[in-house]
Amino acid sequence: MRNRTFVVIVLVVAVALMAASRLAINDYYFSAAYTVLQFVILATAWNILGGYTGYVNFGSAAFFAVGAYTTVFLNKWLHAPLPLMIVAGTVVAGLLGLGVGYLTLRMRGVFFAIATLALAVVLYTLVVNWDYVGGARGAYIILPREVPFGLPRYVHLLYATMVLMSAFALIVARTIERSFIGRGLAAIRDDEIAAECSGVPTLRLKLLSATVSGALMGMAGTTLPYYLSYVEPSAAFNLSYAVNSIAMPLIGGMTSWLGPLIGAVLLGTVQQVVQVTVSSAWNLLIVGVLLVAFVTLAPNGIMGWVDAWRRKNAS
Amino acid sequence: MEFSTALVLNAIVAGLLLGGFYAAVSVGISISFGMLDVVNIAHPAFIIAGSYIAYIVNERFGFDPILVSLVLSPLFFALGMLIYRVYYLCFERRGQESLRGLAFFFGILFITEVTLLLIFGVDYRLVETHYSSVTLRLGAVDFPLRLVVPFAVSLAMVVGLQIFLSRTFFGRAVLAVAQDQLALRLMAIDPVRVKEFAFALSIATAGVAGAFLIVIQPVQPSIGREYIGLVFAVCVLGGLGSIWGTLLGAFILGLAESFTSTFLGPSWAPAVSFGTLLLALAFKPSGLLGR
Repeated sequence: MRNRTFVVIVLVVAVALMAASRLAINDYYFSAAYTVLQFVILATAWNILGGYTGYVNFGSAAFFAVGAYTTVFLNKWLHAPLPLMIVAGTVVAGLLGLGVGYLTLRMRGVFFAIATLALAVVLYTLVVNWDYVGGARGAYIILPREVPFGLPRYVHLLYATMVLMSAFALIVARTIERSFIGRGLAAIRDDEIAAECSGVPTLRLKLLSATVSGALMGMAGTTLPYYLSYVEPSAAFNLSYAVNSIAMPLIGGMTSWLGPLIGAVLLGTVQQVVQVTVSSAWNLLIVGVLLVAFVTLAPNGIMGWVDAWRRKNAS
Repeated sequence: MEFSTALVLNAIVAGLLLGGFYAAVSVGISISFGMLDVVNIAHPAFIIAGSYIAYIVNERFGFDPILVSLVLSPLFFALGMLIYRVYYLCFERRGQESLRGLAFFFGILFITEVTLLLIFGVDYRLVETHYSSVTLRLGAVDFPLRLVVPFAVSLAMVVGLQIFLSRTFFGRAVLAVAQDQLALRLMAIDPVRVKEFAFALSIATAGVAGAFLIVIQPVQPSIGREYIGLVFAVCVLGGLGSIWGTLLGAFILGLAESFTSTFLGPSWAPAVSFGTLLLALAFKPSGLLGR
């Protein structure tokens, strides 16, 4: 499938999803769909660095929170409009990805992973001690009274924004995957020294993928303050974002854009159901158990099964 | 902020005592990550599990938590053997430790934390021992026994481990695995068995460190996360694979953290260890006493 065809298909699906929202009777469905889409972005973003390049990022929550807190900051400082905040949060998180990548990606991969774990705690401490954005108390965001485009409630607008952002993330991921960048990243993943020797600009490609991955995670967080209308550090830096954005691509399959999407939709939906019927602590336990089970028993995820089945049918 | 001699002296003593405890917390990582190349980011989760076991036994029978942890360390040893077996079979043998192995440990960390949350809730638990509220005073300097006792036992444990690793046959085999696995294999020694033993040892130290932790401060399931950065900061700063380096790194971080909480406020303390880690990774990844 050519890139242009893919873009058209994704946009058609996005418009269909937005139109389908008109049929939803209950606001709960919006917030459930919003959460699932948020995980689609996070999983897709994580996979650009984790799946394509082979570098594990444990700090998804940090990038996500940077997006959220950029919104809080700009909202307080400038009362900036939503689109501007989305762009700003994306850029800031991207720069953070570039910075962390620059410091640690030149060393063994595991140091990057440990640094991202550390990053989440450092940023958390900074935000807790930063009174301007509410500190440990958190910050309230007052939703605009007017909802644009004649939508009935603000959550409808946020849902539509999330749909568009997910579509954007998927298009970015697939474009990278199918271009020379994606091939370079795959070469790094399989054997970094061999890639370097064959003339792949490894450091530059790794930095690029860390930047894009971080930026998309930040983008997913920019609308969080509006969605919750109250943000506190432990909500924005919640470990569940980090564990979900790792578990979803691993469960779906990491080699293509489809894996994280499948993983996020499946796991996200299961979590929504469990959260409503059982409790949120149990739903985190399920994510953890599924993560360990898949990584030990089915390391290639659901897409791995699909590929194996396809190969069997072809021969 | 008053900057008196007594305050500085107290901060130094508290930092050193804390550093002794940090050495116990990090020595396991120094073995598993530094020597065996197993990036066990779930190490803090085993520490917290150790804290809760010490807490339960103390609550039921009133035994001293540190004593309990030493008696129960074979349990953690066995757990470590089991985990390394799974890790080896699923990841190391297939050459997938860098990505999936990390995710595996992250999952274990998460499962342990959530399970403890489901059983014990988010309340802070503390074990009161008969020495918990005793403080020795030497001039203007305080020596709270709740820090001194873990400090002493921890030093004994770390020094004991160093002696074991450098003097005994099996200890030297562990050091050999760290240096050249192929050579070991050529000498008809199974590196997997040696690694299994060493990894189990590292988990056993986590159980003991957990008992120290619950004597020193109240424990809550998610507190383990704060120690992830700390243990890696200590090991990287001191130099990977060096037990003396770990001890040195632990003292440096203990002092740094004690000074930050004394002069800036305790809410900044977590940033110290992680900041140190980031700086150490960026500027001197081989560490102070690294090979």
